[in-house]
Amino acid sequence: MGGPVTMKKIFIVLLCCLIFKTGSTAILKVGKGMPYTTIKSALQAAVDGDVIYVYPGLYQEQNIIIDKRITLKGVQFPTLDGEKKYEVLSIKAHGVWVEGLRVIRSGVSSIKDMGGIKVYDANDVTIQNNILEETFFGIYIQYGSRCNILRNRVYSSQKTEQQSGNGIHAWKSDSLQISGNLIQGHRDGIYLEFATHSNITENISEGNLRYGLHFMFSHDNHYYANVFSDNGAGVAVMYSQRVEMRYNVFKDNWGDAAYGLLLKEMSDCKIENNHFQKNTVGIYLEGASRISMKENNFELNGWAMKLMASCMDVNVTRCNFLSNTFDVGTNGSLVLNHFKNNYWDKYEGYDLNRNGEGDVPYRPVSLFSMVIEKNPPAMILIRSFMATLLDRTEKMIPTITPENLKDESPMMKPLKL
Amino acid sequence: MQKILKYVIIDILRNKIVIGYTLFLLAITMSIFNLEDQSTKGLLSLLNIILIVVPLVCILFSAIYVYNSSEFIELLVSQPIKRSTILLSMFTGLSFSMVVAFLIGTGIPILLFEPTSTGITMMGMGVLLTLIFVSVALLTAVYARDKAKGIGWVILLWLYFSLLFDGLILFILYQFSDYPLEKAMVGVSALNPIDLSRILVLLKMDVSAMMGYTGAIFRNFFGTQYGFWIAIAVMLMWAFIPLFITLRKFKRKDL
Repeated sequence: MGGPVTMKKIFIVLLCCLIFKTGSTAILKVGKGMPYTTIKSALQAAVDGDVIYVYPGLYQEQNIIIDKRITLKGVQFPTLDGEKKYEVLSIKAHGVWVEGLRVIRSGVSSIKDMGGIKVYDANDVTIQNNILEETFFGIYIQYGSRCNILRNRVYSSQKTEQQSGNGIHAWKSDSLQISGNLIQGHRDGIYLEFATHSNITENISEGNLRYGLHFMFSHDNHYYANVFSDNGAGVAVMYSQRVEMRYNVFKDNWGDAAYGLLLKEMSDCKIENNHFQKNTVGIYLEGASRISMKENNFELNGWAMKLMASCMDVNVTRCNFLSNTFDVGTNGSLVLNHFKNNYWDKYEGYDLNRNGEGDVPYRPVSLFSMVIEKNPPAMILIRSFMATLLDRTEKMIPTITPENLKDESPMMKPLKL
Repeated sequence: MQKILKYVIIDILRNKIVIGYTLFLLAITMSIFNLEDQSTKGLLSLLNIILIVVPLVCILFSAIYVYNSSEFIELLVSQPIKRSTILLSMFTGLSFSMVVAFLIGTGIPILLFEPTSTGITMMGMGVLLTLIFVSVALLTAVYARDKAKGIGWVILLWLYFSLLFDGLILFILYQFSDYPLEKAMVGVSALNPIDLSRILVLLKMDVSAMMGYTGAIFRNFFGTQYGFWIAIAVMLMWAFIPLFITLRKFKRKDL
């Protein structure tokens, strides 16, 4: 009986909303021959809820500050030029939406972190489908909550670490969504500090000077399906808890101190279904505890994994170790970590009961990798007859390699990952 | 010289050992490439063959051959032929047949299955190692008159180059671990042609591991065009300096 009445009520409320909404939204057009010729003048005229369309052209308006809840939309990528002096867009209001702009040449300053697009103390900001070129910091979120950074392309060609900023930088922020961005040529591709409860998905971060991804004190974040490749030092993550990393690709991070993924002082993390390919060190763990590493693929790395003795409760299960020069390296004899059901291509055991698991344990740490850890110049003997002989004798009677670092039930066949 | 060379080569071929060596290399290389599903692993096994088997066979066979043809050499010396011609023909004949055996046994499969820069470097290193160990074998055979003693020396030399030298390096590294030895190691590696060729091949293969701190130093030297050619020059010196010494000794030797 009350059914139709409530329906009617809802309809009326909806209608009211619609009228209210359309009534308050004005569209302001910026461009040559349009009502407004500069973005700043349009911004001045705009009120909360307005939409500003920016038509193609070159806009050199120094620092544009958005302090109203508006939508700034570019039509066919108008160019906003910071002339290498100014921060281009500063967002200082909640709920701002910035889309389809081409932001170039922001100022470079080591005192003030100038960004191409910088958000100051604002929530619910969306920055999407923009192109940023030659900016110091690309997109910078400072004290922001629930901000979305989606499908932006952030390019730069910075030369030295001191003179360069990060592609996407978040500081003291919460619940961010950073997805589908392409970041190239910055200091760090994605940098998070004190950024929590965020999703970082499907980004490509490559060819950055330092790290593809770098975060500290950033808890409860999720990293899914990102690609980090060819960065100066790979990916380094530190001092964070409850981080989840799945389906990411870490590859081609070569160099003296390059790591596919470096974990330092991390705890309660899940690192699953990732691919580590052609890194000097696939994954490096120091002071990490309660880490679950499942179903990762390690292929063609120098060291697939360097597990320092300061780690605790690192569980490595169902991972593939293929064509790595060394499978696991470590620096001490204390082992509080566990390996189980991994596939090691260097395993030479047998499986009598045919359950797919080898009957003799596999020791992934070779004597020679211990020798190199203690005495780096011994690298000159890598793959020599001598080194092979040492490894063989050590496999028979382990004396120097940690006795407990072993996979009790290695898989006989590679896992399909 | 051509005539002596012809006789030496025909004699070696009649020996059948070289043919056996060729077939052995061919069989092993083919099976390595066919059995291993990952080409890096195949190349690795092949590297071990080249670094261990090639020097051993070359040095042993050459030494034994020189001892066995001592009567032939005496006959030639009685003829109006220069002693250097005799020795050089021996060297050329031996190294030519060993190189051809190596190229057929290993080179063809490499070209078929792995015609990459790593494969080609491996082939080059195999050829150079062949030359070096034939030359070292001649040196030993000319210096040690007694066959048993000579062969003993030859085996010891092979053991030294492929195992003892590396053990010695490891020992030194541990004794002097407080000192920065990375750069010195580049120089030390020149003292052993087997090490040198291993490093050159590995720089092409294990790039990720070699890129570590020490690896970077090797890379900065051997990885460059300049360092590569220096290494090749050192390898060639390893082949020709023993030959030169042998030549001097052989000229004055009382047969």
